[in-house]
Amino acid sequence: MDGLWEIVSDFTVRNALLGALILGTLSGVLGTFAVLREQSLLGDALSHAALPGICIGFLIAGSRQLWPLALGALAAGAVASWCVLLLVRYSRLKADASMGVVLSTFFAAGTVLLTYIQNHQLPGQAGLDSFLFGQAAGLLPSDLWVMGAVAAAGVGLVLVFWKEFKLLTFDPGFARSLGWPVRLLEGLLTSMIALAVVVGLQMVGVVLMVAMLIAPAAAARQWARRLETMVVLAALFGATSGMAGTLISLVRPGLATGPLIVLAATGLVVVSLLIAPERGLVWRAVQRRRTRAALESGRVLVDMLQLARAHGDESYASAQGMISAVYGADAEAALLRLEKAGLVEPVTPEHGTGRHWHLTEKGREAARRLLKEREE
Amino acid sequence: MLAALLDNVDLVIMAIGALVGIAASLLGTFLVLRRSSLYSDAISHSVLLGIVLVYLMSGDVHSPYQLVGAALAGLATVYLSELLGASRRVKQDAAIGLVFPALFALAVLLINLYARDVHLDEHAVLLGELAFAWLDVVPIGGLEIPRSLLTMSAITLVNALFVTLFYKELKLAVFDEGLAHALGLKPRLLFYILLLLTSVTAVGAFDAVGAILFITFVIVPPATAYLLTDRLWLVLVGSAAIAVLASVTGFALAMRFDVSIGGMMATVTGFFLAVAFVAGPRYGLVARWLRLRQQRAQAHVRMLLVHLLSHEYDEEAALENVPAALEHHLRWPPRLSQAVVAAAQAQGLVTLSTRDQRLHLTEAGRDMAREVLEPWRRH
Repeated sequence: MDGLWEIVSDFTVRNALLGALILGTLSGVLGTFAVLREQSLLGDALSHAALPGICIGFLIAGSRQLWPLALGALAAGAVASWCVLLLVRYSRLKADASMGVVLSTFFAAGTVLLTYIQNHQLPGQAGLDSFLFGQAAGLLPSDLWVMGAVAAAGVGLVLVFWKEFKLLTFDPGFARSLGWPVRLLEGLLTSMIALAVVVGLQMVGVVLMVAMLIAPAAAARQWARRLETMVVLAALFGATSGMAGTLISLVRPGLATGPLIVLAATGLVVVSLLIAPERGLVWRAVQRRRTRAALESGRVLVDMLQLARAHGDESYASAQGMISAVYGADAEAALLRLEKAGLVEPVTPEHGTGRHWHLTEKGREAARRLLKEREE
Repeated sequence: MLAALLDNVDLVIMAIGALVGIAASLLGTFLVLRRSSLYSDAISHSVLLGIVLVYLMSGDVHSPYQLVGAALAGLATVYLSELLGASRRVKQDAAIGLVFPALFALAVLLINLYARDVHLDEHAVLLGELAFAWLDVVPIGGLEIPRSLLTMSAITLVNALFVTLFYKELKLAVFDEGLAHALGLKPRLLFYILLLLTSVTAVGAFDAVGAILFITFVIVPPATAYLLTDRLWLVLVGSAAIAVLASVTGFALAMRFDVSIGGMMATVTGFFLAVAFVAGPRYGLVARWLRLRQQRAQAHVRMLLVHLLSHEYDEEAALENVPAALEHHLRWPPRLSQAVVAAAQAQGLVTLSTRDQRLHLTEAGRDMAREVLEPWRRH
């Protein structure tokens, strides 16, 4: 525990963790809208497209300070999202190809600029390619200010336009019919993804940024039924996975931060997909088994009542073999469940062999009710 | 002869670039048309996991098992994405975006952990290094043939064979999957084979251009050709031509500015796409704008004809059918009404009489006006 505290109180580590917190929160919030609006892969396009912006920012500023690079990335992201919109609207290319074109050509231009910077020995370029995969250890306090400001702007915009973004996400047609500037709002929401990309540059890098947008939101979606809950949960998941990945990369230098954060976030998704109430796959399977068992118990109960009535005696005891003949191997389990619930009890027959069961008073009551429901 | 060609380093590099482009765009054409082009994005990232795993098991970056490992990784990506999408817990697009970054992240970490210092660093993986492709050679029949050239030739051949042999099936599967299925052509199987070949091509292209530039060659040349033509075979041939052209110009530009060769080739394809988008013969922005302008002008002319016809024999003809009236009655600004009258005169639909200063319909103009008003009647 002391060791962990030592790590956390370290200057570099505190910066890195704070960065992860900022990034996770912002990408969780913005990712929620991207995922719900089925624009997940736009995040991929915009994050790859940031590379040329970073390089141009470096070429203009001549140093590796974050703010010019962030500005460049932001501008490149805006241009890229504009290009995607342009291609979708005015060419025969569909959304997938438009995104693919923008993603890959922008990134290609970025590699050209990156190699230009590297091959021409420009000063101060060291570690520029850490933006490909992120390197949290290099985070400076000044970087944190930039990231914090961008994140505050992003979250602030979401809060200001909460109502608008919500309607835009779930019913854009209605928003249009209200006379809202839907295209403008859509453009705003889309280009805000670029904000998240900017914040993620240093932490996860441009290549894996898409996962930071999608994974926390996808995990949160499994637990939440309301947008409010989903946004908060996504921010929480994003921050958690960000800090987890960062901590591991600091403990084991040499491991790139981005992939660790991404794997942490993916882990959260997998767990959520499995156990989240209502939607989780395991949760569903358990529910289905329970429902099936309840249905079967009900059927056994009703059958026993009808069998007893056919014998003119509601306390008639049915042979377990009889019930097994109808329900096979499940009969035993169903009878035991019913016994536990106090609806049937075993009786020892005066003659004949095998176990017999008859309905208790409570069981008869329940069976009559079920029978009546069935008749209705 | 062949030896002399192989000694020419520039030529070898351009040939490899062109082969990557041709092999990728042959498959990319169908992916773009099927609206599945982003699977190439997913595949090109996740084949890295296959490569790393095979490397860790065999200790060889160039073992032929690489192709198998990568093909499996590529298919696993697609399969997992579709499975996740089919579970309806996340949307299909988010499913793709969840699976491939995870596999890619895993691959990068494995490289960090176990394969530092080998040829497989993340940087090369992303960007490739075409400039060194000719250094790695295999001797065959007394010739030293660059490995990339050899693999890419083989892969291009296989892809070309696949597309030629299953041309009809692929075409139907892309344009009408339901019909293809009904005819028993197994479009899903075909799609998976397509993605399998995409994965194999991605591995082959890895050394040369890296993961992300590979996506460019899959998507951009077919998308460019698609903006230029409606014929499927022309899209295939056109995108191959674009790939070759991009390879040559990209190489020249990369040499000129001393930058990444693969990156420059990819950037040039993007430039071609932009040109096709703006100046394409039929679907280009300029062509569309011209067509729109012409249609608008023609609509004005038809409006003028109808206006003239409706007042032709009434007593207000002297007031209505003069150029000045158009400004008031049709609310056309003076310049527009002059232009419309001039266009109508040029087409021989209207004459301006010098005697009464009125606009008169010619026989052809009257016919056209009637056709506008009563399109069901044959004139």
